Amino acid sequence: MSATDTRDIDALNWVAPRRTPGTLARLMDNKAFLVCICLFPALSLLIVFLTYPLGLGIYLAFTDTQIGRAGEWVGLENFESLFHDRIFLNAVWWTVAYTFFATILKFGLGLWLALLLNNHMPFKSLVRAIILLPYIVPTVLSAIAFWWIYDPQFSIISYVLVDKLHWLDHYIDFLGTPWHARWSLIAANVWRGIPFVAITLLAGLQTISPSLYEAAMLDGASPWQRFRFVTRPLLMPILAIVMTFSVLFTFTDFQLVYAITRGGPINSTHLMATLAFQRGIPGSHLGEGAAIAVAMIPFLILATVFSYFALGRRKWQQGSDND
Amino acid sequence: MTDTVILPDDTMADHTTADDVTDHESTGILSSESRMRRIVTVYVPLACFLVVLLFPFYWMGITTFKPDSELLDYRNNNPFWITSPTLQNIRKLLFETDYPRWLWTTMTVAFGATALSLFSSVLAAYAIERLRFRGSGYVGLGIYMAYLVPPSILFIPLATIVFQLGLFDTSWALILTYPTFLIPFCTWLLIGYFKSIPYELEECALIDGASRLQILRRITLPLAVPGLISAGIFAFTLSWNEFIYALAFISSSENKTVPVAILTELVQGDVYQWGALMAGSLLGSLPVAIFYSFFVEYYVSSLTGAVKE
Repeated sequence: MSATDTRDIDALNWVAPRRTPGTLARLMDNKAFLVCICLFPALSLLIVFLTYPLGLGIYLAFTDTQIGRAGEWVGLENFESLFHDRIFLNAVWWTVAYTFFATILKFGLGLWLALLLNNHMPFKSLVRAIILLPYIVPTVLSAIAFWWIYDPQFSIISYVLVDKLHWLDHYIDFLGTPWHARWSLIAANVWRGIPFVAITLLAGLQTISPSLYEAAMLDGASPWQRFRFVTRPLLMPILAIVMTFSVLFTFTDFQLVYAITRGGPINSTHLMATLAFQRGIPGSHLGEGAAIAVAMIPFLILATVFSYFALGRRKWQQGSDND
Repeated sequence: MTDTVILPDDTMADHTTADDVTDHESTGILSSESRMRRIVTVYVPLACFLVVLLFPFYWMGITTFKPDSELLDYRNNNPFWITSPTLQNIRKLLFETDYPRWLWTTMTVAFGATALSLFSSVLAAYAIERLRFRGSGYVGLGIYMAYLVPPSILFIPLATIVFQLGLFDTSWALILTYPTFLIPFCTWLLIGYFKSIPYELEECALIDGASRLQILRRITLPLAVPGLISAGIFAFTLSWNEFIYALAFISSSENKTVPVAILTELVQGDVYQWGALMAGSLLGSLPVAIFYSFFVEYYVSSLTGAVKE
């Protein structure tokens, strides 16, 4: 004991002359300065172009601002008129339904694809690279391809179903009636979303140790039981996070709908984002558009809170592995 | 790697039960029955997925090179193939529209926004992860929260701000606003990479008398190159794909980016020029697809890393 004590004192004595308090203090000063310098670009960009607009958007929602004319404070008037606006209520309902159905399909099919990709197979990395293509390509451009695929006269799907397989006797008017248009949009969204879900869930699957499956197999677990009792609980944390992001981005989707239907036919496929754009920029009622955008915030907070708790639960569940 | 782990267990299973061995692919003893089952349960569904996921691209490509006579006549032509391919649509796109200009604008905006976001994110991530000041955790959390604010609720107030700053209808409007969704992602990715670099390396450099910025430039950044590449290509593809800001902040035809221009300039009236539209989509997708193909592994790791983070 006494030997280590003297060694500690020795060490202190040895360090002290080399580091004078002056340089130490200067280093601390320097560091605070450095922190400010380092954070300045990122924080200034985020504050000017993200935090401030967020606040300004909420303010605009309570004014009757139009393009080229500063607005006045009108209180809840925008929200009151929206509450009686059938197009807006329809948009809210359809945004929720769109998010719900698209998410279910994306995760069902994406999980299936991830499980398929988790097998040993030749050219696996090539297949994985190809699968991500729909996610890489600009959404609007693939949406235009879908628009062409959904053409009323020259749709390739109708051609195959009617002229080749003879399952139907007339061409489908994909974008002409509300329900056809809605399901067509969901299909396009699912097509674009599957790769992201599949690849991220595949990453989650690969962190599950094979020895767990072997142990389950030795205990006589069927493939379904292995999925139910080994894969599902271990995949749940990452699934929750991926789903939060997916829900967030599907709910605020704009591009697909704007490119394929622009909210038509007769405003039946307007999402809240496309309606906000329609009223705010071409319609020049910035206040009303901002009110529609602000109406999305409660839904987003719900999703964020969900994400927070999912993250928290994951940290709590996590042992030493998986990083 | 997993094979080496599994093999000893297989030999053990050999001794215990014979049934388990047939379930293992790694042993190489595949009866024709289980191979059939594997084809039906794995390869057939996978092939279906691939066909569905790739069909729109095939359709895009084949429409690009089809002459109008074949494009609109399914009775006498097989729509899945071209008998007399033509470059008419591409020629029209390149020489009769502003397409090259749109492509150039998109490229400059994507590079500008990526460079700006990478620069800001590297400094921010370094400050948060390595300089460890009081409240660095909260700053990190704040930047993460910024990622959860989608452009769809910001574009209306941003349009008024961009207008007041006199940036409306310029590329700068896009270069300065894209970092709002790029910085949060890049910063989180880079924090993860900086975490993996041993702190001792920096301490050694500090003892040798290097300044903090020297350490960042000479030690941390060279070691974080994979992270920089991942963040860079992710930022590049995201800026290339961005639509709503470009739609709201740009009004004159010559300043538009490719996705906006195709939708607003090439779609005129009720008769759609499908050949030209598909050619535009194909050419607009190619740069980012080629870019992606060079860095697939980085891209996948950033995508999955960000989610795991």
